[in-house]
Amino acid sequence: MPLAVARARPARPPFALMRGAKAGSNGDEIVMSAIQASAAEAPTAELLPGAEIVLRALKDQGVEVIFGYPGGAVLPIYDALFQQNAIRHILVRHEQAAVHAAEGYARSTGKVGVVLVTSGPGATNAVTGLVDALMDSIPVVCLTGQVPTHLIGNDAFQEADTTGITRPATKHNYLVKDSNQLGRIIHEAFYVARSGRPGPVVVDLPKDILIGKGRYSGVPQATHRSYRPVTEPDPAAIRTAVAMLKAAKRPIVYAGGGVINSGPEASRLLTEFVHLTGFPCTNTLMGLGAFPASDPQFLGMLGMHGTYEANLAMHGCDVMLNIGARFDDRVTGRLRDFSPNSRKIHADIDPSSINKNVRVDCAIIGDAAKVLRALIAEWKASEAKLDTGALAAWWRQIDAWRARDCLRYRQATDEGAIIKPQYAIQRLYELVRETGRDTFITTEVGQHQMWAAQYWKFERPNRWMTSGGLGTMGYGLPAAMGVQIAHPDALVIDIAGEASILMNIQEMSTLAQYRLPVKVFILNNEYMGMVRQWQELLHGGRYSESYSAALPDFVKLAESFHAVGLRATKVGELDGVIREMLAVDRPVIADICVDQKENCFPMIPSGAAHNEMILGPDDEAPKGAAQPGVTEEGMVLV
Amino acid sequence: MLISPTLPRNIDAMTEATTRQAVMAVLVENEAGVLARVIGLFSGRGYNIDSLTVAPVDEAKNLSRITIVTSGTPMVIEQIKAQLDRLVPVHKVADLTLEGPHIAREMALIKVAGTGERRVEALRIADAFRARVVDATTESFVFEMTGATDKLDAFIGLMRPLGLVEVSRTGVVAIARGPKGI
Repeated sequence: MPLAVARARPARPPFALMRGAKAGSNGDEIVMSAIQASAAEAPTAELLPGAEIVLRALKDQGVEVIFGYPGGAVLPIYDALFQQNAIRHILVRHEQAAVHAAEGYARSTGKVGVVLVTSGPGATNAVTGLVDALMDSIPVVCLTGQVPTHLIGNDAFQEADTTGITRPATKHNYLVKDSNQLGRIIHEAFYVARSGRPGPVVVDLPKDILIGKGRYSGVPQATHRSYRPVTEPDPAAIRTAVAMLKAAKRPIVYAGGGVINSGPEASRLLTEFVHLTGFPCTNTLMGLGAFPASDPQFLGMLGMHGTYEANLAMHGCDVMLNIGARFDDRVTGRLRDFSPNSRKIHADIDPSSINKNVRVDCAIIGDAAKVLRALIAEWKASEAKLDTGALAAWWRQIDAWRARDCLRYRQATDEGAIIKPQYAIQRLYELVRETGRDTFITTEVGQHQMWAAQYWKFERPNRWMTSGGLGTMGYGLPAAMGVQIAHPDALVIDIAGEASILMNIQEMSTLAQYRLPVKVFILNNEYMGMVRQWQELLHGGRYSESYSAALPDFVKLAESFHAVGLRATKVGELDGVIREMLAVDRPVIADICVDQKENCFPMIPSGAAHNEMILGPDDEAPKGAAQPGVTEEGMVLV
Repeated sequence: MLISPTLPRNIDAMTEATTRQAVMAVLVENEAGVLARVIGLFSGRGYNIDSLTVAPVDEAKNLSRITIVTSGTPMVIEQIKAQLDRLVPVHKVADLTLEGPHIAREMALIKVAGTGERRVEALRIADAFRARVVDATTESFVFEMTGATDKLDAFIGLMRPLGLVEVSRTGVVAIARGPKGI
């Protein structure tokens, strides 16, 4: 410690002088000057220890809660936390869970989630969560401890090159090398995390910077020098888009997570626009809740496990409006045959999403809410007439596809019958709805995730938390934790699989500590179900390493974590278990033993096109044979 | 905004399109790690780097300029530009190849060793190419040469049979013709 203090730099000269300092000698001397105004206001700045600056900056950002885990390098911040009450710290049991919890918090509130972890293993454990947030565009600020600046590069105890490791795992990252820059950098980190296309930002904090004193002068007012995301759409692009939409005969609106990220107003505007136009609307996995599922114009989710009507409408449309989605490979299937006869409009806040996978005919750069508001205004102002006859015919076609009832499944109804996983989710949905409570659903990754996406009807945004882009098993429980912290009175359910839940099961301990009444609803088929499904469909039924051997007794496991454990093994027990789970005001694990052989349908096999989907078991190829339509090229895809 | 009804619609069709070379000028904040971000972007997304140069260009504004020569299909080049533009410390990206006529130059230091006729021939060719002699011993020269990449390539090719020892090249720097800056 004395060493660190000795090395702490004297207070910096005013910014104007600093500007002259040239970097040549030492990288850190390079002016970290992206936002410059604050330092110029030096007279009003206070001299504080770095750890105090961190907390002051968090408070000034309106942060109420942070998820973290202490360690040597961040002890100064934990000491400062101990001496204040404004910011609540939630102690997780693993740093990955801290990031997922922050993601759940962020996605359910629209605020930035905040994480605090130590150097070395603390930071490396957080990496999976950071990439998860990057892929799903979730605003997270992750503060990582670091060894003191003079030890950086020396292979010091618990040292890792955190900025190097997290560079491709974050939207942006910072290594703070001057206590005077600390406040400015933290404010900039929040700005970068939440603006434009949101994402995770890491601020790496060497211990001497946290101990040494620096000047802090509040939230800077200046705009960023180089980072200026475009949010206002180009009116010419809006006019072109509306002209294309008005001329459509078989239109479709395809909305994604960008609508959720833009805030609840964007979802309201999406609904208004879809009603105004009379067009069908489908949502991506990340976009569920952006458009009400009960609305007759909703076609359900699209993509690999999307509905028959959504995928065929995407395939057969002549004009497609994509808002806040990114033509992900789970959505497009085989690119060559993706919606081959349509003209495409793509509205996205991130210019690099345009023409990345699918070439589009009209690009609109902007925030989803602003784009939708402009589209609505232009639609009303435009004198072009929509071909309502063609639209009616298109709806007749869509209704014919709907009549296939692609989410149908067979559930034997006698008391002792085995529970179908779809039925379990459907009953959960129905019984939850009876309670009338505001409900948030998180999931892990796999079959249960897709079934939850298919059978849960989301009416509002920010109620659905799932790991879409990265597909992180172990996401759901910590995310649910973060959601419950943000919404203490809401019903929060993690729909899980027995394999995924074990990846972050230690967080049951966090639930107990903070009395978070999260419900963990495990669809237990004793298999990594999605792996098993692919092995059945694509690898000749050779179930290599996909059996969940030596599972714990989840009821006893729950009890050992001070939670309630419940189990249903047959249809007759299901409703009772769900009712009990919902009635208890404590964390619950409900172990729902479901049909082990059930597969998730509809399914577009990897490398196939939207119109080549498998609807159900009757559509499947005989066991051991590869699916028709699955090419060698497709086998390579995941 | 972009309207391109004549272009092939999907990437599969685009990947078959011919690749082209692009010279990108990237104006960045002169700060630690910025070059790593740019290079990491290229390696992480599988883009090519044919040449890369970087140096501070405006001390007062704390700016550096990176010149990257890359190649790919038109869709990939467009993607590279968008991805570069997305990096937080990047101020501006210009695809000089696309934006009109530009000048691209690099410099090389070329060491040639030999005696007798080969030595005289090397010097004669260097003169024709306007290469400068910046170091000389009785059995070697170091030539300094500035020019377009293909001119340097040609000169180095000619030096090979005349006793070429080693080459050090800067990579391409480029700037648009005309009065406008990027």
